[in-house]
Amino acid sequence: MLEIEIDGKQLQVSDGSTVMEAAATVGAYVPHFCYHKKLSIAANCRMCLVQVEKAPKPLPACATPVTNGMKVWTHSEQAVKAQKGVMEFLLINHPLDCPVCDQGGECQLQDLSVGYGGAQSRYEEEKRVVGNKNLGPLVSTDMTRCINCTRCVRFTTEIAGLMELGQAFRGEHAEIMPFVEKTVDSELSGNIIDLCPVGALTSKPFRFAARAWEMSRRKSISPHDSLGSNLIVQVKHDVVKRVLPLENEAVNECWLSDKDRFSYEGLNGEDRLKRPMVKQGGAWIETDWQTAMDYVVRGLKGIRADHGPESIGALGSPHSTLEELFLLQSVVRGLGSGNVDFRLRQSDFSADGRMKGAPWLGMSVSEIAGLDRLLIVGSFFRKDHPLVAQRVRQAVKKGLKVSAINPAFDDWQFALQNQLCVSPSEMSAALAKVLKALVEQGSAALSPEFQALVDSVQVDEQALAIARSLGSGRRVAVWMGNYAVQHQDGVALHALASEIARLSGGRFGVLGEAANSVGGYLAGAVPFGAVSGKNASEMLSTPLKAYVLLGIEPEFDLRDAVAARKAFGAAEMVVMLSAFKFEEALGYADVMLPVSPFTETGGAFVNCEGRTQSFHPVVKNTGDSRPAWKVLRVLGEALGLGNFDYESVDAVRAQILGASGSVDPFRLSNDIDIEPLNPAGVSQGLQRVADIPIHFADPLVRRSAPLQATKDSEAPFARISPATLKTLGLNAGDKVVVRSVSGSATVVVSEDEGVAAGCVRLAAAHSSTWALGSLNGEVSVERI
Amino acid sequence: MLSPESLKKIDQEIAKYPADQKQSASMSALRIAQQEKGWLANETIEFVAKYLGMPPVAVYEVASFYNMYDLAPVGARKITVCTNLPCALSGGVHAAEYIKKKLGIDFNETTADGKFTLKEGECMGACGDAPVLLVNNHQMCSWMTEEKIDQLLADLQK
Repeated sequence: MLEIEIDGKQLQVSDGSTVMEAAATVGAYVPHFCYHKKLSIAANCRMCLVQVEKAPKPLPACATPVTNGMKVWTHSEQAVKAQKGVMEFLLINHPLDCPVCDQGGECQLQDLSVGYGGAQSRYEEEKRVVGNKNLGPLVSTDMTRCINCTRCVRFTTEIAGLMELGQAFRGEHAEIMPFVEKTVDSELSGNIIDLCPVGALTSKPFRFAARAWEMSRRKSISPHDSLGSNLIVQVKHDVVKRVLPLENEAVNECWLSDKDRFSYEGLNGEDRLKRPMVKQGGAWIETDWQTAMDYVVRGLKGIRADHGPESIGALGSPHSTLEELFLLQSVVRGLGSGNVDFRLRQSDFSADGRMKGAPWLGMSVSEIAGLDRLLIVGSFFRKDHPLVAQRVRQAVKKGLKVSAINPAFDDWQFALQNQLCVSPSEMSAALAKVLKALVEQGSAALSPEFQALVDSVQVDEQALAIARSLGSGRRVAVWMGNYAVQHQDGVALHALASEIARLSGGRFGVLGEAANSVGGYLAGAVPFGAVSGKNASEMLSTPLKAYVLLGIEPEFDLRDAVAARKAFGAAEMVVMLSAFKFEEALGYADVMLPVSPFTETGGAFVNCEGRTQSFHPVVKNTGDSRPAWKVLRVLGEALGLGNFDYESVDAVRAQILGASGSVDPFRLSNDIDIEPLNPAGVSQGLQRVADIPIHFADPLVRRSAPLQATKDSEAPFARISPATLKTLGLNAGDKVVVRSVSGSATVVVSEDEGVAAGCVRLAAAHSSTWALGSLNGEVSVERI
Repeated sequence: MLSPESLKKIDQEIAKYPADQKQSASMSALRIAQQEKGWLANETIEFVAKYLGMPPVAVYEVASFYNMYDLAPVGARKITVCTNLPCALSGGVHAAEYIKKKLGIDFNETTADGKFTLKEGECMGACGDAPVLLVNNHQMCSWMTEEKIDQLLADLQK
């Protein structure tokens, strides 16, 4: 510990602290631009100059380490004089365009110029002008305003992992730019808007839409990925104008992914469903709630009477709130059916009824920083979990060694120690090899259920390398990605990965696909437990008479769009609770009930680490739309089912979680009772590997125009490895028809070295590929 | 993109640094690439970046920072005249003006026949020899009086 005196206050700080950090702990504000607590120190704006005893000139607080007995004055005459001098230079070339600048009102330069700037400029020479850059559909530039603090450059390099911006040229000509004509394509790019201390980088979708002081700031939770980023939603005249991060060091730190930040643009599009709609004689008519609800109640009662309760089923989106999913399953179970599920893209349900709790990350997100070995199984990690990947990236810099087993790799923008790329049908064998290598080198004994499978494989070099890596760690974790959970042998992969974690003394976790992937289990929106029934897959393969769909667009959100359309087409009644009017569904749906997106309803999500995060509505209901939990409560009462008299959404949550409002840790568990595993057959044909692209994962983000204009939202390619392209006789750029057992899709081929041999990586959740049906299985490719 | 000879030279530069710090060779690699190509096109910079495993913009930062790298095509002979203070006090500016008049071009311009490009340079570390100029980044010329400039241009014309 070091003793330091700042502005006359004595304090102790740990070794290696800077004067800036020390000043922050006593509440002494040192003006600054380039310093940011999450970024490396640049010390190039010079705004944080402070007076230090015995130093001949002012020193930059951000880059000056504390020494024992140091005396610092942050607001002495010398310090303020230095700061004012720096400010004068910074303002020399800065345009006086605050009245038309979006940063006005929340600009660090504007704020500090009030304190340190002169009333008048002494500079009479020419000002420099810097050309604007096109950074893509999300970030708008006014580069003349730039003060060259390089926060954005350091962000892309250090946090996003790829240096997409740089400071080119020198001295007066220095300017921030991407490499000639390139855009900033990181899935975290929006954070440079927050980081920019001036108006050089501002939000393109928000441009000229409102002033910072006109909007109210309301807290919310992101409904997208399984992290549950904390949001500040800014609202003007009951319209969401902008979304910013709410700093929460335990969850999203001070960052947001672009999906969390810009999805609000999809809220108020033209296809927003505003009135209940009923199909009569093949034509859709708008109606009132009473009529629509009567129709639904009559229909469901009739079908139950005619075909029995088992002919009714419900599918809920994993992006729905805890309360919505709970009430959905309450309605279904109240009717006497157990057909309810929220695991829409999963294909292996053989663990149902044998799970000891809700699958979760197995650790808290903040513990990632302390890991030293990590194995990721089946994940498009960087795009599926942008901010968890960011945490792993920071941990890698501190020595974390990451291995991954996947059928297709992207550049994750951090170094992978071992990268094992195998086709989908070889994944369980690959895990068994790692397991065998661990058994051979380790002390712990293998559980007998794995013996047959482990005996059937030979350890190879790559498996050995992964086993060695895991075996040499002290704080190990093994994670299942979304791809592994959706895999046709998902349960076997789960069992194998958890056994690998056990033998390497590590923790096992499931990353989780959506905001409420853990919460759905806790809400009971699964077809086992109290009343069991058909799972998401069975509900489509053995068609039911009535379906209730909550927040789903079947073509994009279900594992097999073709089977879904067939099942819904044959059903007597399909009730959709949706925030949007979904064109594709107009053919087979019978009722559309307008329900609220996350901004207009209250509720809670349980994130991947089991953290319950509740939120309130931030704007009023649009049109006649109503929060889904209220709609389901009224539906339950109208159907004459008991126990639906909840007064508030909090009462529903208390019913699920108890009075504490947080998840009892005993309800979270990745353990399953496993049955002996046998070797899986290896597929000989061409196998499809389907990823869910980051901006196609849920109905809201699919409607955000700026996100749909990003590079991540390009129409899917059939991505094939160079060797497989050769055996197929194809070239990159060829137009091909991809055929599955259910249908076909016409796409363009691209060469991708990251895809396993014998595989075609072709994204799902997209209008060009849903006709292929199942996310996995064999396909053929033919040039046209 | 680059000739095998140039790549061999770059490999020699890379070998001087630890394997995980290839970026240390970026300045040498750019120099070698410029020697072969005459100037550094964006494609050349991108190639060098890929060769060194660096983000292209990081190499562009280097290439745009130092003024001996040319980001636009130059004539067969590039003359860089130092106009920093010691040279300026000893006739550097005058030498530059004289060359401008003789060649009929300004700084950063190339003669119509594509033979000469004139650049304004920074200190070349030989202030005692002022005024100084560089030909094609490698040939240093000292005490450049009008007569010596006439002689130099005549030699270069050949």
